[in-house]
Amino acid sequence: MNQPIPLLKVSGLTKSFGGVIAVSNVSFELKEGELLGIIGPNGSGKTTLVNLVTGFVKPTSGKVEYNNKDITGWAPYKIVSMGIARTFQMVRPFYQLPAYKNMIVPLYSPRVKKLAGGKYGDRDAVALDLLEEVGFERDSHVAYKVAGSLPQGYLKRLELAKAMALRPDLIILDELFSGLSLAEVASIVPIIEKLRFQGITIIMIEHRLKELFRIADRILVLNYGEKIADGPGEEVMESESVKKAYLGSETD
Amino acid sequence: MKKRKERIDRGIKVRSEDIFALSSYREMIYLLMPRAIPVVGLLGIAPFLSPYWQEVFISTSIYALLAISWDLLISAGLVSLGQSLFYGIGSYIAGALNHYCGWSPLFTIPVATVMGGVLCTVLLLPVLRLRGIYFAMVMLVLPLMLSRLVEATRILGGTEGLPGLTPFPNQLIALYVIQLALLATLFGFRRLMASDYGLVLKGINDNDRSVMSAGLNIYLYKTQVLFIGASVGSFAGAFGTHIDMFAGMPGFALDYALLPVAAAVVGGMGTFAGPMLGAFILVPLSEILRALGALRIVFYGLFLVVFIVGLPEGIFPYVQRKYHQLERWVELE
Ligand SMILES: Nc1ncnc2c1ncn2[C@@H]1O[C@H](COP(=O)(O)OP(=O)(O)O)[C@@H](O)[C@H]1O
Ligand SMILES: [Mg+2]
Repeated sequence: MNQPIPLLKVSGLTKSFGGVIAVSNVSFELKEGELLGIIGPNGSGKTTLVNLVTGFVKPTSGKVEYNNKDITGWAPYKIVSMGIARTFQMVRPFYQLPAYKNMIVPLYSPRVKKLAGGKYGDRDAVALDLLEEVGFERDSHVAYKVAGSLPQGYLKRLELAKAMALRPDLIILDELFSGLSLAEVASIVPIIEKLRFQGITIIMIEHRLKELFRIADRILVLNYGEKIADGPGEEVMESESVKKAYLGSETD
Repeated sequence: MKKRKERIDRGIKVRSEDIFALSSYREMIYLLMPRAIPVVGLLGIAPFLSPYWQEVFISTSIYALLAISWDLLISAGLVSLGQSLFYGIGSYIAGALNHYCGWSPLFTIPVATVMGGVLCTVLLLPVLRLRGIYFAMVMLVLPLMLSRLVEATRILGGTEGLPGLTPFPNQLIALYVIQLALLATLFGFRRLMASDYGLVLKGINDNDRSVMSAGLNIYLYKTQVLFIGASVGSFAGAFGTHIDMFAGMPGFALDYALLPVAAAVVGGMGTFAGPMLGAFILVPLSEILRALGALRIVFYGLFLVVFIVGLPEGIFPYVQRKYHQLERWVELE
């Protein structure tokens, strides 16, 4: 898939929160079908970068282009309609609703209607199918349980299913694996590989370097809001600045 | 021997949304009863009321509409401390059309309903992005400002208001009209909230960022809800102004702002039936307490406090739970 224009192009993106510079002059490009991993110590600006790309936070300066279109500062719903979906690091379910009813909200979006040719169809059925895809076993009826009663593992899967419901071209996963057991991570990795196989471009923010390095094409490293490395996994870990950043702040 | 209360859900079959197979006619009655009570109760009782109580019921229904409108706004995360804005705008539009253009209530009320909805929505559009208490403060202040504006500029009759408006031909007809409007709003709103559209509104109230990330424009939904709520409130104002045969600054009075909130809290928020029930308790109560003169507000306040402390979930959710569950004592070893 050699394309002349990148799917996502971020240039000189900067965000300061009243003096605290969360993201500082970050630029990178993403080709269609690529899987980019983003790593960095806590507070290095990873989530803010996601918020900037998805419209939840307006940049202080810099530009975000998607499919050669300037989408800087657009409202989140417009960015979703362009085909970018995200998950939240802190899961955001509707706790009083059953899991499958949580899926109705994204399935109600204009984007889903447009892709389905103007019809929404049977949303409950689509919701149950998607939940099964991410591991809500159909016979266990766990999809009918109130979200507030589900363990973290299912809530993370629900978060992923809600993003998948939007049928995105680019999906951004903010620490999807954090708080999950090794077994749970191992069961979600194939779902991500499947998305990739379908041609969906993926950005993954992760602390679990081992899992990330196995599936990512490229790794981008943030430290204090700045990009300090960008390239294939092994290459990035060899870089002096990355070693310093990681030895300085994290041990695992 | 210890005993413990056990709760059993009744009629699971009929309560499930998808299955409409009613296996007996006891189940049918079980299902229809809650809907029949307000309909029969309101419409059936009307002809037997004295003219004084007919009047009280009209005013109660007006407050109930304001309370239901308040409940719709809160279900989308909009806290309104200014239902009087809707009431006042609706009453002034209907009053002006009747006073200056001679339109009959048949036209002033529908026009005031829609125009009031539009006007209030446009007025509040700039503050729609404010959350919780900030939105509530603006809504509280707006009607007070508008009423001072009328006073200062002497428009729309100034402090005198617009008197001599066309009344309804007959009080009982008026009562039936407002009760039918109230029932239609009640069942309409309950149905709306049970739909997928209602699910989105609940989502906005619960976690607006999650709805944003689902590709929905939450401000579009909030605008729509505001329009619907403001229209219902404006209808109440337009109707009330023809009952009073007068439109004026009292339309923006605090009563119309605060009673709907009290009714919703007493009756149970987020159910529509609760706030309506709350209005049907609080307004007649306030009439009965009139005999107490100055002490009225004391007893009224006491009643409110007792209710809020004793039954914080609200009357309607409590009754609903009792209706759907059987309780029995079971023995523990
Ligand atoms: N809404 C906000 N207001 C103020 N400061 C913020 C906000 N969001 C993030 N920050 C700050 O920006 C920095 C980067 O945070 P974040 O993007 O969450 O990092 P990461 O996801 O890499 O852990 C932190 O110092 C954080 O305190
Ligand atoms: Mg983060």
